[in-house]
Amino acid sequence: MSTWDNNPVLKVEHLTMRFGGLTAVGDLSFNVGRGDITALIGPNGAGKTTVFNCITGFYKPTEGRLVMNRSNGEKHLLERKPDFKITAEAKVARTFQNIRLFGGMTILENLMVAQHNPLMVASNWTIGGLLGLGGYKKSNVDAIETAKYWLERIDLIDRADAPAADLSYGDQRRLEIARAMCTGPELLCLDEPAAGLNPKESLELNTLLQYIRKEHDTSVLLIEHDMSVVMEISDHVVVLDYGVKISDGTPEFVKNDPHVIAAYLGVEDDEVDQVEEEVGIV
Amino acid sequence: MQARQRDSLLVASLKDSLGGAVITFALACVMVGLKVDVASGRGAELFLEHRWLAVATAVIVVFAGRFLLNMFFWKREDAPSIGISGFLPKGGLGTGSANMLKYGMLVLAVVLPFALMFWLGSRGSRQYIDLAILVLTYVMLGWGLNIVVGLAGLLDLGYVAFYAVGAYSYALLAHYFGFSFWICLPLAGILAAFWGIILGFPVLRLRGDYLAIVTLAFGEIIRVVLLNWYEFTGGPDGLSGIPRPSFFGLEFTRGEGGFADFFGLKYNSIHRIIFLYYLIFIMAMVTNFVTMRLRRMPIGRAWEALREDEIACRALGINTTNTKLTAFALGAMFGGFAGSFFATRQGFISPESFTFLESAIILAIVVLGGLGSQMGVVIAAVVMIGGFEFFREFEEYRMLVFGLIMVVIMVWKPRGLVSSRTPSVALSKNAKGISADLVQEGHG
Repeated sequence: MSTWDNNPVLKVEHLTMRFGGLTAVGDLSFNVGRGDITALIGPNGAGKTTVFNCITGFYKPTEGRLVMNRSNGEKHLLERKPDFKITAEAKVARTFQNIRLFGGMTILENLMVAQHNPLMVASNWTIGGLLGLGGYKKSNVDAIETAKYWLERIDLIDRADAPAADLSYGDQRRLEIARAMCTGPELLCLDEPAAGLNPKESLELNTLLQYIRKEHDTSVLLIEHDMSVVMEISDHVVVLDYGVKISDGTPEFVKNDPHVIAAYLGVEDDEVDQVEEEVGIV
Repeated sequence: MQARQRDSLLVASLKDSLGGAVITFALACVMVGLKVDVASGRGAELFLEHRWLAVATAVIVVFAGRFLLNMFFWKREDAPSIGISGFLPKGGLGTGSANMLKYGMLVLAVVLPFALMFWLGSRGSRQYIDLAILVLTYVMLGWGLNIVVGLAGLLDLGYVAFYAVGAYSYALLAHYFGFSFWICLPLAGILAAFWGIILGFPVLRLRGDYLAIVTLAFGEIIRVVLLNWYEFTGGPDGLSGIPRPSFFGLEFTRGEGGFADFFGLKYNSIHRIIFLYYLIFIMAMVTNFVTMRLRRMPIGRAWEALREDEIACRALGINTTNTKLTAFALGAMFGGFAGSFFATRQGFISPESFTFLESAIILAIVVLGGLGSQMGVVIAAVVMIGGFEFFREFEEYRMLVFGLIMVVIMVWKPRGLVSSRTPSVALSKNAKGISADLVQEGHG
């Protein structure tokens, strides 16, 4: 019984996703521990992003159940919710493999859009805000403060009024994470957050993720190819290959699992025979 | 060295001017050289008239003009590639001058009828105030459509449908129930918004070109229904005798109890025209005020975010269907207001006023002005509607000039006259506008 099975924030149960005759994900079950950083790794085409799209509602799973346990005791079945409600009600936020910022809007505006739902309530669904009634003004100021807090975390406070499209690639990645955090998530799903980052930026990302995990009530689920990120910051690693889970455990355990080595990590040429024998491929 | 460069410039200029002349000749041969006319006095026989002198003049003017420009103004070896952008002003307006322009135009709009009365007298100014009313109607329509196309990025080619719904709502309510303008105005807006939602529900799942086609079809459906439902709408005969608006219950009529009598003025029909002018001015300013305010609210930001990236919006928990519907409904509502104003101003409406061309003109105003820019819409409406009416004397050449102006504007400023986006919220006082190159145009 590992720690992530005790009180998981997300339980993925028998998740299957078929596209016509192709089974992208087959009978996948794993848990995402509360307060953990969980990594989902695997070779290209293993179905990692499909799992993400199922969790965040962009795909409807063919079979299986996705149970989100919020810290206030609410249970949400994600496979039954439309995508925007998964963020709004179940508090699952995500980023994208190919960054999706609002390029023509300023960095501050990007973070304000992320706080849309609470602001809509505060403005009485626009009517109160339009007439200048209620607590909209205060909520607006609070939302700007939240945005400023995150801008300080990602070192972009000086560029708050610059268009998001003007940022460098690494800054855009961090802004997307900050924007997802502005929705107040309990589970943050990051699709290859370190892709295209240089070693320094990669290090900053690690710090940011560890900060998020420590200071906020947010668990992190990430897809990553960069093993230095995975091994360093994650508490729990799930390995997929051809849509099937081939390993699940601590980074230390996974790193030495012969199945993972054979499918994904690879070994020196002279060790190939030995690994093949262990896994059972001859 | 100097001489050689001079020489090559001369040769290049000659070549370029010759090219221009050949193109002019090819175009002018058909467009200017041949003229089909109906012979008068010999029955309705068609005959062909040749105007080779005009063709020759055109070719010579183009050749000489291009040659001189090449030699003395452009002075570059790659002269032919400079094109139009070379001698048109560059860049946008600064914030300071943009503000000056904004308030200048506002003051001008407020004093315009009285200034015209002062200079031209009530008889002479009437047609100009009428023109100003028309321009303001299009400004309001442009601002309404700007919510849908400019902010939310939904291409709507059937906007005139909501204009028609507004106009017919007022005309029919007045016709069947005898409601006054002031009761019908909000009702017309609500009905148009309602139709906006009715249309929105099935079509907003479509994107881009598909959405445009469906909205176009919707605009036509409304017009065809109005045309064919003879018992209810009067069909092609239209509806006449639509009641005029009153000024807090005072009618603009001659004699006792009228507006002029109440204020002790001498009756003059211009009073009603001026009243209509201020009515549409206030309606347009309300549209502007609401839009500008909404832009700074979560719903407005969600519209713009939707234009930038719909998938990211959904990942942030924004209900994109509702957000699109509100944009559609609000745009439709302002279209409906403008429509009921149109009905009360004309006193007569028929489906002919609500053809696709209207939609196209309104969309052209929004696009030429710069998507999402309020000021741009005003400038474009003044240029397009005002200019179009102003050059009425040029008759058939008017369309030609009109088309030319549109081409020139689009080449010079592909993203419209005012193409920078103002951030809806900023930390620093002097936040800059965002260049249009970064702003998405939306895709449905």
